[in-house]
Amino acid sequence: MSVAFAILLYIATAILFVGVFLRVLKYWRTPAPLKIPTMPAPVTQMGVVFRMWREVVLFESLFKSSIWTWVFSWMFHLSLLLAFFRHLRYIISPDNIFWPIISLEVIQSFGKYAGYFMLIGLLGLLARRIFVDRVRYISNPSDYLMLLLILTIAGTGLSMSFIAHTDIVALKMFVLGLVRFDMQPLPSSLLLQVHLASVALLMIIFPISKLLHAPGIFFSPTRNQVDNAREKRHLAPWAAKLDANRGHKTKDQLVKD
Amino acid sequence: MADFDTPEYRKYRDIPKLEEGTMSDSAPFIAKPVFQGPLGFPGELVENWQEVAIDKMGDLLGKYRGLQVYLDSCVKCGACTDKCHYFIGTKDPKNMPVGRQDLLRSVYRRYFTFAGKYFPKLVGAKDLTKEVLDDWYSYFHQCSQCRRCSVYCPYGIDTAEISMAAREILDTVGIGQKYCNEIIGKVYTIGNNLGLPKRALRDTLLDLEEEIEEETGLPIKLPLDVKGADILLVTPSADFFAEPHIDGLIGYAKVFHEAGVNWTLSSHASEAGNFGMFIGSYENMQDVAMRVRQAAEDLGVKRIVHGECGHAWRIAYSFWNTLIGPWDFLDQNYPIPQHICEYTWDLIENNKLNFDKSENDHRVMTFHDSCNVARATRMGDKPGGQFEIPRNVIKAVCNHYYEMDPETTKEGTYCCGGGGGLLTDDLMEIRVKGALPRMEALNEVVEDHGVTNMAAICAICKSQFSKVLPYYKMPMDMIVSVHQLVGDALILTGSKEALEALEAAESSEE
Repeated sequence: MSVAFAILLYIATAILFVGVFLRVLKYWRTPAPLKIPTMPAPVTQMGVVFRMWREVVLFESLFKSSIWTWVFSWMFHLSLLLAFFRHLRYIISPDNIFWPIISLEVIQSFGKYAGYFMLIGLLGLLARRIFVDRVRYISNPSDYLMLLLILTIAGTGLSMSFIAHTDIVALKMFVLGLVRFDMQPLPSSLLLQVHLASVALLMIIFPISKLLHAPGIFFSPTRNQVDNAREKRHLAPWAAKLDANRGHKTKDQLVKD
Repeated sequence: MADFDTPEYRKYRDIPKLEEGTMSDSAPFIAKPVFQGPLGFPGELVENWQEVAIDKMGDLLGKYRGLQVYLDSCVKCGACTDKCHYFIGTKDPKNMPVGRQDLLRSVYRRYFTFAGKYFPKLVGAKDLTKEVLDDWYSYFHQCSQCRRCSVYCPYGIDTAEISMAAREILDTVGIGQKYCNEIIGKVYTIGNNLGLPKRALRDTLLDLEEEIEEETGLPIKLPLDVKGADILLVTPSADFFAEPHIDGLIGYAKVFHEAGVNWTLSSHASEAGNFGMFIGSYENMQDVAMRVRQAAEDLGVKRIVHGECGHAWRIAYSFWNTLIGPWDFLDQNYPIPQHICEYTWDLIENNKLNFDKSENDHRVMTFHDSCNVARATRMGDKPGGQFEIPRNVIKAVCNHYYEMDPETTKEGTYCCGGGGGLLTDDLMEIRVKGALPRMEALNEVVEDHGVTNMAAICAICKSQFSKVLPYYKMPMDMIVSVHQLVGDALILTGSKEALEALEAAESSEE
């Protein structure tokens, strides 16, 4: 069983990183030929960084559009961040240089309850999906399953924190073993196995699903462009090629009266 | 008037319950083969359209980062679902921004994503069938590319970008929209959207000059094709003859006259509007825009000023530099291009213009932010200048001004209902229904403050409102041009009124 999970987690990690890398590379390489920031937009690059920060950290646009969706999704994403930090202790050793930066105590105490927060957020989002007719209309099976998958992860995780503790010392040995390519046994706990399998599945589907919204936002031209079209000429490579033919084309096609 | 009901005002602005298929029969006339060719599109539906469409989609995905990112990133959160005026007016779920995007996204997923190829049912991926293609033609012509949804989407997904891509795919397989494609053809052959040839244009302008002289006693000119003029005015051709647009044109002429500048219109670039954007065609957009550069070079002007037009100002402000720049031959001391409101406001700020605001006292004003001016452009130096400057101009020339509900103005403004290539009689139903949210907000200020007129700075808004206001039991002439207000209040040096005012001032001093 330990070997199976080790392989699964290695594969999942590889798919996550390679998959997201390839997708980001695609976004990176695809040109945005026209200036299309949603106005009013910042007129400096620093302004764009600040706009993006507000979007990524505060979910500014969502706040403007739907307060309940904002409440639930912000709860969910914040808890996810806390849970992520809390899980770092499994993956880095106590003498790691990161610990002074990420306060262990703060993360442990907040992170522990973040699971409940996450559940509430996810259930709120699920309720919206089920009960609001407009959201129900646009939902595909995958949209529900995604929420159920993350609910499973949160539920099993919470159960291990508050109900049926798992042997976290052994778990840490297992994870550090994975990092060091030195296989250690995985504690036998059904909750843990479901938890890890679900996480692996989430990692695998990340680069082929709507979870791409995470890297996607940074490449969204309506959010990441500076409003300086009049001051600075913006030209994509394929558009520049059209430009080269411009003179020829005007003679042939643009009939003068 | 027509075989549909004008929607009722909603009592509490509640979000409508879905009614599927209410607008599935709406579709504009299809362009005849003769109008497709000059734009570089096949005349009618090609035999292997499915293959061609998917290839084109792939092509566009590689050319437009926005399209690629937007098709991937939607999480179906529903934040946009109640934001589109066409959804509010029709209750049709395919008019929710995400509903509209999903028409394209489901096909994208089927042909371009792992999940859609192997688990289509799971992720709502769909084969590109004739039904889907028909849905595209119908619903992507129920989007005015107003970008309101993009304000509220947490990832900035812009349905306008999706609609443009869909329309370009449709054109590529041979199904073009008659209204847009015929108009682009007219621009290529004649020079403007209305097909107004040079001689007719000249006659119209001469008639107008006479009219203005009768009113003011001053030889205020509307110069055409004047070589060596300082300023080229590029304005929508509707300004030459449609109401209330033409009163705006008179306003521009008065401002230029009072400023004492040497300006000109161009018969070659007698159109600011650029329907190449509506059909999502970069090449056509560039070809249409190129006429402006040619005119500016031929006439040897130093500056370009842009008239009141929404989508056109988007293309001028955001795209010209890309499409037809660089503007190295123009005077770099001025914004290139400069909006007529920026131009007028600059004169007002420098005390170059004097107004008798009481000339507009019979009007109680409000202002409709045109969607593309608000969410796709700027005026002045600061973000949001596109909201402040037109308002400043109006307030400088009118005594009575009220704002509409803030949720319906500035970046949250609702489209008039006729933008993005929908301003055609064959789409009257969607135009009337799409105007609902704006009509509600307008009706509110009419009732609360006795507003008599709404000003706008877009040729499409003006035409659209003239047409739909009566459906909502309001007079069609409620809609006015901002520069009509300017022109009416402007005290022209040497005019009859100015002399009278001067005399009055002198006698009161005595």
